[in-house]
Amino acid sequence: MNENPVVVADSLRKVYRVRGRIGRSGRNAGLTAVDGVSLTLSEGESLGVIGESGSGKTTLALMIIGLQTPSAGRVEVCGNERGRKRQRGKRHVWGREVQIVFQDPYSSLDPRQRVNSAIEEVLKLHFELSAGERRKRTATILEQVGLDQGRGGQRPAALSGGERQRAAIARAIAVEPRILILDEAVSALDVSIQAQILNLLADLRKSTGMAYLFLSHDLSVVRYITDRIIVMHNGRIVEEGTTDQVLSAPQQTYTQVLLACVPRRGWKPQRVRQLTEAS
Amino acid sequence: MSAVLEIADLRVSLPVDGQYREALHGVSLTVAAGEAVAVVGESGSGKSMMARAVIRVLPNGSRVGGAVRFKDEDVYQMNGRRLSAFRSTGIAMIFQDPRAHINPVRSIGDFLTEVLITKQGVKPVDARRKVLRLLREVDVSRPEDRLHQYPHELSGGLLQRVMIAAALAIEPKVILADEPTTALDVTTQSELMCILDERRQADDLALLLITHDLDLSAAVCDRTAVMYAGRIMEEGSSRSLHDQPRHPYTAALAASRPQIANNGRRLSVIQGQPLSAIEAPLGCPFVPRCKYAIAACRASEPLPKVIDGGLSACIRTNDIRAQLRSEGQPA
Repeated sequence: MNENPVVVADSLRKVYRVRGRIGRSGRNAGLTAVDGVSLTLSEGESLGVIGESGSGKTTLALMIIGLQTPSAGRVEVCGNERGRKRQRGKRHVWGREVQIVFQDPYSSLDPRQRVNSAIEEVLKLHFELSAGERRKRTATILEQVGLDQGRGGQRPAALSGGERQRAAIARAIAVEPRILILDEAVSALDVSIQAQILNLLADLRKSTGMAYLFLSHDLSVVRYITDRIIVMHNGRIVEEGTTDQVLSAPQQTYTQVLLACVPRRGWKPQRVRQLTEAS
Repeated sequence: MSAVLEIADLRVSLPVDGQYREALHGVSLTVAAGEAVAVVGESGSGKSMMARAVIRVLPNGSRVGGAVRFKDEDVYQMNGRRLSAFRSTGIAMIFQDPRAHINPVRSIGDFLTEVLITKQGVKPVDARRKVLRLLREVDVSRPEDRLHQYPHELSGGLLQRVMIAAALAIEPKVILADEPTTALDVTTQSELMCILDERRQADDLALLLITHDLDLSAAVCDRTAVMYAGRIMEEGSSRSLHDQPRHPYTAALAASRPQIANNGRRLSVIQGQPLSAIEAPLGCPFVPRCKYAIAACRASEPLPKVIDGGLSACIRTNDIRAQLRSEGQPA
């Protein structure tokens, strides 16, 4: 593995302002979604971020891609620190470096834009290409993600769930980013389609050398696609290590409980209270 | 053991562009008291349509053939009063998205006690006491406070616990759970499945669990039926589906799911995408994606045959059984 870091996050913290009260106490306390998270993503590495809903993994991803501003801490992407203020010129550069694929391609793709045109638009923004060259590049990208050329002329509604997710991946990799963030990117797919997309993601990483930040609640999927894992709980990192270490010999109680709840052969459902008492 | 719920050659047709098309294509399944049966399938397999057909809530204009019997009484022959009694005391349903199936402007307490008071004639104080006991049983914290809260104030996991309490409150004979834990975290899933399992054994409930997760079905259910394109492809003991699949679709489904235990092995993939019954070709609907398909598979539709204590709707099961067995095994 290359040790050259492409993302460095240092003590990231995000407090959302909340109207009204939270719970029974605290006025205007705000909701701390991410609380002092530091991580390094190396070039070509696949880093999994696991945690339950509300653990802060999506907020973390949004801060790295620049859709949320950290309340404290800093993010460095490809050696450049992300400033606090909006910087128009720089956004363009960041767009080349980091891209994201969301869980639901239906709400992240423009329903009125054909797949070809979504990809060509990205190419137009970032590269100096003639219309003919753009068309050719688009065809190559569609082939890379395993979409038939004919499907490129369709709008998202005409595509199946798997095809839509391929289209979302195609749009994201069109700028040849160095980092691809995948936020629950395979969670909503049927089992047989999920396998196809997971294999596609594994192949793409091999052929392009992109680094993945793979956010998921599904430990089996994370095991398949990542080299290293961060376990998040209540906005903090509770455990990290290589995928093998964390999933074969988890050190922290929280990770152990999480792992014990994954259905597998010979598994029986248990009450979490019993699990925490046992460990 | 006699069946509490019997689905016999159930066919449902829906009007699509002015023409009737079959969404369920002859499904048969039984669930006995105290038994847990899973129905596993991908989108379009008809598993949710089957659940809706069981409680007789199908889209307007659907045509139904075959029968659904609850304690030997055909649900489709019931008059309004019988049907209402069946739904309020015989069977309870738990849905994937509790928020979509609970009245947002009524309090949790109203929701939980409504059926008890209006349909079962329970006194309000007794209904309240019973509901509180059930909330405690499904591990809801501060149950007294919850009765006065509204659905939007509760998290998804908590609301699903409330739904389970509501299902248990009517003391049904059958619980129909359609992807009850799919939207929830694994820890909550484990806990809720455990609660359902305990109640099933304690109260001799019949559980029909609809899920996309073969591992979950194996953990909770004695028997599993695998659906594809509106029909049952295989049915057998949940264990046998993993270790000794009878149908190529089951074997492929099991092999395409990443396992927490092993790593490195490339996932084997089923080409193409799942079909619904409406799109299915003549003959076996799995043919376009099946690596074992031969000409005879296209010729006529295979009927479920008894093989090794289970059912398989594949004409090649006996020829390819050994290959199927090795498919699901970790490399």
